[in-house]
Amino acid sequence: MIKAILIFNNHGKPRLSKFYEHYSEDTEQQIIRETFHLVSKRDENVCNFLEGGMLIGGSDYRLIYRHYATLYFVFCVDSSESELGILDLIQVFVETLDKCFENVCELDLIFHVDKVHNILAEMVMGGMVLETNMNEIITQVDSQNKMEKSEQSP
Amino acid sequence: MPAVSKGDGMRGLAVFISDIRNCKSKEAEIKRINKELANIRSKFKGDKALDGYSKKKYVCKLLFIFLLGHDIDFGHMEAVNLLSSNKYTEKQIGYLFISVLVNSNSELIRLINNAIKNDLSSRNPTFMCLALHCIANVGSREMAEAFASEIPRILVAGDTMDSVKQSAALCLLRLYKTSPDLVLMGEWTSRVVHLLNDQHMGVVTAAISLITCLSQKNPDEFKTCVSLAVSRLSRIVSSASTDLQDYTYYFVPAPWLSCKLLRLLQCYPPPEDGAVKGRLVECLETILNKAQEPPKSKKVQHSNAKNAILFEAISLIIHYDSEPNLLVRACNQLGQFLQHRETNLRYLALESMCTLASSEFSHEAVKTHIETVINALKTERDVSVRQRAADLLYAMCDRSNAKQIVAEMLSYLETADYSIREEMVLKVAILAEKYAVDYSWYVDTILNLIRIAGDYVSEEVWYRVIQIVINRDDVQGYAAKTVFEALQAPACHENMVKVGGYILGEFGNLIAGDPRSSPLVQFNLLHSKFHLCSVPTRALLLSAYIKFINLFPETKATIQEVLRCDSQIRNSDVELQQRAVEYLKLSSIASTDVLATVLEEMPPFPERESSILAKLKKKKGPGAVSVPELDDKREAGLSFNQRIGGSIPASPCRCSTPSPSADLLGIRSAAPIGATPTSTGSLLVDVFSEAGPAAPSAAVNDDGFLRFVCKNNGVLFENQLLQIGIKSEYRQNLGRMYLFYGNKTSVQFASFTTTVSCPGELQSHILSLNVQTKPVEPLVEGGAQIQQVLNIECLTDFSEAPLLNIKFRYGGALQNLSLKLPVTINKFFQPTEMTSHDFFQRWKQLSQPQQEAQKIFKANHGMDTEVLKAKLLGLGTALLDDVDPNPENYVCAGVIQTKGQQVGCLLRLEPNGQAQMYRLTLRCSKDSVSMRLCELLAQQF
Repeated sequence: MIKAILIFNNHGKPRLSKFYEHYSEDTEQQIIRETFHLVSKRDENVCNFLEGGMLIGGSDYRLIYRHYATLYFVFCVDSSESELGILDLIQVFVETLDKCFENVCELDLIFHVDKVHNILAEMVMGGMVLETNMNEIITQVDSQNKMEKSEQSP
Repeated sequence: MPAVSKGDGMRGLAVFISDIRNCKSKEAEIKRINKELANIRSKFKGDKALDGYSKKKYVCKLLFIFLLGHDIDFGHMEAVNLLSSNKYTEKQIGYLFISVLVNSNSELIRLINNAIKNDLSSRNPTFMCLALHCIANVGSREMAEAFASEIPRILVAGDTMDSVKQSAALCLLRLYKTSPDLVLMGEWTSRVVHLLNDQHMGVVTAAISLITCLSQKNPDEFKTCVSLAVSRLSRIVSSASTDLQDYTYYFVPAPWLSCKLLRLLQCYPPPEDGAVKGRLVECLETILNKAQEPPKSKKVQHSNAKNAILFEAISLIIHYDSEPNLLVRACNQLGQFLQHRETNLRYLALESMCTLASSEFSHEAVKTHIETVINALKTERDVSVRQRAADLLYAMCDRSNAKQIVAEMLSYLETADYSIREEMVLKVAILAEKYAVDYSWYVDTILNLIRIAGDYVSEEVWYRVIQIVINRDDVQGYAAKTVFEALQAPACHENMVKVGGYILGEFGNLIAGDPRSSPLVQFNLLHSKFHLCSVPTRALLLSAYIKFINLFPETKATIQEVLRCDSQIRNSDVELQQRAVEYLKLSSIASTDVLATVLEEMPPFPERESSILAKLKKKKGPGAVSVPELDDKREAGLSFNQRIGGSIPASPCRCSTPSPSADLLGIRSAAPIGATPTSTGSLLVDVFSEAGPAAPSAAVNDDGFLRFVCKNNGVLFENQLLQIGIKSEYRQNLGRMYLFYGNKTSVQFASFTTTVSCPGELQSHILSLNVQTKPVEPLVEGGAQIQQVLNIECLTDFSEAPLLNIKFRYGGALQNLSLKLPVTINKFFQPTEMTSHDFFQRWKQLSQPQQEAQKIFKANHGMDTEVLKAKLLGLGTALLDDVDPNPENYVCAGVIQTKGQQVGCLLRLEPNGQAQMYRLTLRCSKDSVSMRLCELLAQQF
């Protein structure tokens, strides 16, 4: 199960946080800080997996992350997930964002928090993977956008 | 065209975000946010009805503010209102707000449930998906109650859209995880399993997570999934890379689903049906073969996807542990990965090999990679990979390679990362003990360990070396000689002094024949370290000195001189002073015979599970530590019970009940002058408690708690570090409790925090107790005591006591303690005096069966009348004389005051002196109170 999905930039500013288990607001912020601290001090080209911080549950959980330009994408998962599988899932997520926003950059995430949440919701639900097929995800997002447009036009 | 065009955002939102981003300081940001919050609040409260667009804009702003880490305490109602909108945009933003900001305890759940119910029955797939998402994200019990029966129907209905099926599957999974009792699969089981055959791969992807979880819990009911999973897997594995179209990821057909299918199969033993098994073995072979084919793409995604499947296949092969051929192929494959240029693959290969090492078919094959693994430990740049290498070395260790592996781990320790040193030390200590054929090697290893990484050698490690030396007489002389040599170093670690002091005190005589280590030389050597050591070590050394007086009468005068000097006999530390005084007196008045008896060599320790192993288990979780048991049959020497689940000695963390080995010398009973209180002296106790951050239940003080049912003041808890005293007073439904935290050490406690949590507050909003605390000072100086006041209000009757959690740092180690606070329902008793007639009239009125609780139990303490009376008065009730016709019996009456109501209680206790039994009967106007009082009191007499 995926316990949390976090996106933050190179300075640790959160750009998306989605927790699939309940924590208090305070703990969530601490987890984001702790995770940033753990991930950001690692060199490039080391492995993409590490044990979770104390707050998220320690060594029973694994942080799987990718670093793209200014952003870190971090998935915190339990032992039932395949590490490489999750790594691919991050890639699917990023490629989907890229298609939806056309060359996605940090600013898109900042100004469209709600969209990013929607796209993620087409992929992961309640901590489990709903869909891995990028075209299927984009079709869903497109149809939502159409509905939105049609509601705005009159 | 991109799916989201950049111009269509909300302008107000964009301006606000830009403002925040332009803030020069944190203060400016907070100011801007507060301004915005005030604005939104006034808009929400204003008379003018907001249109959907504005509501959406404000909710988006709140989301953004929340993401920045600010609390949002309003807007929930507006979000709930958005749910019932007919417009998709508004509904969708409402659901988003709720799934991000509303937790499962919210009081709004009922309103949210109504909206969900409407959307689920709307037959609009988009709305249905939104609703299902919301359930899966919040996942509260109330939601499970409302929808657990509805969702399976949606999942298996023929006319449900695929996207809705996917959501329904995961939604059901979430409800099953939170409330398994409410999700009854029965009639749906077979139709759910058949979702594995669904045409739509997305549906299979979602359903397989659900089926895996259900199979883990009910393997028998779901076992038909095995053959379906095998045939689905086989279809995927044998398909060409283009067959599955969109589910082909970088030329690999459906990698995610393949991994999940392989995981599902790991819930079951190998298929019994020969045909199914043959097909599966074929799949696994195909996957292994594909790994050797040239890659279809140079992209890392291609190799990732391919290897994800490969690793899952290997896990399944290891799980089956029955196909030697496949196991060896798996091992060879992993061996290739050990030297792969991708760090991720090296990491995963080391990890998988750890499990492979415990299979008897592949243990030998794994061992052939020892040089590569040692090399990884030395040269990997990434600490998480080095950690895996250390784990694997530990797992592949057996008697044939123990010396090499232990030596490599020791040499690695000198440069190891601080974060993994303690664990490495534990592992070295365990391997050294487990595979020691010759115990001098064991002693050398542990002393090296202390020399190289003394700071990381926990107490368990040096306790253990002493236990082993004491129990094995063939190694005692060697141990004495080696510690003597080790102590020669000008700077040696305090742990070395402890081991040295103990061993020379017991076995110094074995090397005293050599003039270079004559008794006086030994003593001077030990004493030269004395002044640099901490109090517990000095206490241990003093005990070693008195043992010297017995072993070597010629040192008596010198040692008495040392004991007599002011810095010992008037030491400000009570423990040291007491030891000095008692040992001095003992040495001067006792005859040699008495001395020899009192100071006799320590008897062998009872055999028990190595406490080191217990500690490692606690650090890593039980699964992670199993030492390979293949080579376990020890030929020589004592076999220490190391199997997991072996007897773990009760952890004597309270000093009031020292275990027999607690006193260093065992003179407790024999000492002619008073017993020595061992506040710092319990050196040989297997203390597994205290230092663990993650084991609160280990320290919950049940009996400490029960001692306070009939009294209000006393010591609640005590260990070597901390004493907690309690004073409390109650009036009607209010109480005040003073907690006194005493630091028993000479070292400061840092980051001292306490929190009180009332049970029930996590599950529901119905609080039975309201406990107010003020935070305590974060620093507690050595020897100091701090006080904390709790104000308690009893709102309604309760049975669970509040929990006090204490955290602090003691010399770098985080201490974590959870105690039940002795707040029990009887504290809120008001005594009621009444006549015999009134008593029995009321007794009869409370005659419904559930109002009465009764217990018959054996007396735990003496049946002394006065003691009983004191206890019953301490309970808070009035003890009524001349009421019961039988003068032997006791009857009491009282009223429990809670904020909301008063509960009248009558009690009757009938002792039977002959049988040493009691019968206790309670009748209260509220049945839960009868039950609780009965439980509490049955343990008091």
